[in-house]
Amino acid sequence: MLTFTRRRLAAVAVVAATALLGTTACGGGDDAADGPITLTVDVFGQFGYADLYQEYMTANPGVKIVERGTGGNLDEYSPKLTQWLAAGKGAGDVVAIEEGLLVEYKANPQNFVNLLDHGAADLKGNFLDWKWNQGLTADGKQLIGLGTDVGGMAMCYRTDLFAKAGLPTDREAVSKLWPTWQDYIKVGEQFTAKKTGASFLDAATNTFNTILLQTAGNSSGYSYYDTGNNLVVGSNPAVKQAYDTTMDIIDSGLSGKYGSWSEEWVSAFKQSKFATIACPAWMTGVIEGHAGAGAKGKWDIAQIPGNGGNWGGSFLAVPKQSKHQAEAIELAKFLTSAKGQIGAFKAKGPLPSSPQALDDPAIMDSKNAYFSEAPVGKIFAEGAKSLKPVYMGPKNQAVRTEVENAVRSVELGKRSPEQGWSDAVANAEKAAAK
Amino acid sequence: MAVQLDARPPVAPAPRPARPGLGNRLSRIDTKYSPYLFIAPFFLLFGVFGAYPLAYTFWVSLHDWDLLGADHPFIGFDNYTQLLADPDFWHSVVNTLGIFVISTVPQLLAALWLANLLNRQLRARTTWRMAVLIPNVTSTAAVAIVFAVLFGREFGMINWLLDHVGISAIDWKANRFAAWVAISTMVDWRWTGYNALIFLAAMQAIPRDLYESAAIDGAGRARQFWSITVPLLKPTIIFAVIISTIGGLQLFTEPRMFNSGTNAIRGGPLRESQTVTMYMFENAFAPHYNFGYGSAVAWLLFALIAVVAAINVLLLRRLGGGSRKEVSR
Repeated sequence: MLTFTRRRLAAVAVVAATALLGTTACGGGDDAADGPITLTVDVFGQFGYADLYQEYMTANPGVKIVERGTGGNLDEYSPKLTQWLAAGKGAGDVVAIEEGLLVEYKANPQNFVNLLDHGAADLKGNFLDWKWNQGLTADGKQLIGLGTDVGGMAMCYRTDLFAKAGLPTDREAVSKLWPTWQDYIKVGEQFTAKKTGASFLDAATNTFNTILLQTAGNSSGYSYYDTGNNLVVGSNPAVKQAYDTTMDIIDSGLSGKYGSWSEEWVSAFKQSKFATIACPAWMTGVIEGHAGAGAKGKWDIAQIPGNGGNWGGSFLAVPKQSKHQAEAIELAKFLTSAKGQIGAFKAKGPLPSSPQALDDPAIMDSKNAYFSEAPVGKIFAEGAKSLKPVYMGPKNQAVRTEVENAVRSVELGKRSPEQGWSDAVANAEKAAAK
Repeated sequence: MAVQLDARPPVAPAPRPARPGLGNRLSRIDTKYSPYLFIAPFFLLFGVFGAYPLAYTFWVSLHDWDLLGADHPFIGFDNYTQLLADPDFWHSVVNTLGIFVISTVPQLLAALWLANLLNRQLRARTTWRMAVLIPNVTSTAAVAIVFAVLFGREFGMINWLLDHVGISAIDWKANRFAAWVAISTMVDWRWTGYNALIFLAAMQAIPRDLYESAAIDGAGRARQFWSITVPLLKPTIIFAVIISTIGGLQLFTEPRMFNSGTNAIRGGPLRESQTVTMYMFENAFAPHYNFGYGSAVAWLLFALIAVVAAINVLLLRRLGGGSRKEVSR
């Protein structure tokens, strides 16, 4: 009998221990009441906050900052964050939200602290108008997030591969090669004819997205949804125009077909398998991370074909579930201040959304050593204040997924351009209805 | 048999002049109820982590449930009717069944063959037996990442080897059948050894004298294997098939990690290798966040597993039926 009880006790102990492990593993950011409080910051990709945390912790000895998720994929981060919010537990005290996801969150603002209740209204002047407005709910009564960066665009290219193909390598000269996307295709054809062993560009999907946001920004100001939230994938000329241009790129055999953000894409960076990549400001940090120290000085940055455009950019928000809301709001304000944005830009390249930061000589004069000392501040910041944002409808992410996959299926030779287009429209409608 | 043996000791101290004392009553209560107490932890855990989620998922599946939404209107069986007419769902069912068949059939045959080898007099027998289990104890995610790299289109080792024998590169991820084969390889790598050990355990329970008499009657190794080993293993084979069915139809980590990059959950631009569980995730979480629809997928998957398991058992019963009766009588 004794042995039985002991065994049962052991079993109970094991179960209890497992349960305990489970709860500790899930708990994020809640700490003992006394002593320094821990603020957890959830990010993805490269936000460049490491030095800023140090500075903040030195100034506020009562706060310890833990960051999760640097280098992670947005595609894995978004569902995780959504689950934490739905479960009411697990999210950090400050969370980064990409603009595409923010649209979905705006429909359910009850998950976030209203920053307007905490003195954020005074900060309006610190952000580009449209960036500020993106963070507001439709009725304008709640501010969910403070803007971090915007995604002004350029074209990153490999000088060594360009030299190999007999093309100019100087960034001014390269910019002159492609005033339009058709010119870009022509340059690509010249490049491909030289058989350098590399493709002209990484994958059609990112390029498609770049062209779409540019075309939409320069025309109607919306892409998949009009401003009345009607799905217009099939009828918006900007979408069709971007699709057709992308088809020309695929048709000319310029794409290396490395699916964006996949393992192969990362390998292709390392092995110098493509010469150009559409480059929103935040992409510079990604390139540096993937191509590694070995490719330092081999990359450079030229103007984007076409004219301007904005892709991406994020916000910092404080979930209602945070146990240290007041402290978290202060930290978010610090990180999104002009000073914080300049610090982030210097570290990893995300382009500030604060006009003060954009005018700051620290940005305007900054050069990026990794990209052959390219004057990144000038290249990105100059156009940033005139950026035209593209409106995003409620199911933007799901619709975009369908259209991009249709592009990808054509790129891989699984569909003809016409089939791909009808797939894109039909699947987008289905996704929007879900 | 075993149950009776266990039940015997409490009965033994009965014939004593009955003195209805407290101790006696306590011990009677003990005999009567403590077995339930002993098995209670399982049922408690099952209730909390098994039955409750099952029922809750069903409840969710009857609602229009936006993962982040504040209210979730009741919509009855709408999610199910919509799902039954959803070509993407059926596409994922076909993928799952396809991967299940091309992984499970060779896997169980290989496991049977391996078990038979391990059952012989080998040098360092335990080492061999332990070795087949190593793939099973490595993390699935790690295995899947390594295999995903091996099966890469441009930088993968498999295509490099194929190139050496003059076969042109296969785009493993973009070709539906090739993707099934690649994923099946991962599954087999992981589970063949595990099933082999289960078969081995069952083989060792087969009495030696059956083989001896068969040998005297002139049956060779192959004949012994097919006429004695396989029929006597049938309950174990049924067990292995059911377990493989459940695991195979819930396949998630391998195909998920096989696809990387944007929307990996989709299993390729045309959903080449998207299994039902991946489709469930795609709907319940990013990019749709439609928890109700995802829950409906989960319940249909549950139904599908029950049906496939039943078919498997029926098929197996019929296959080995005749010979089993002869041997066991």
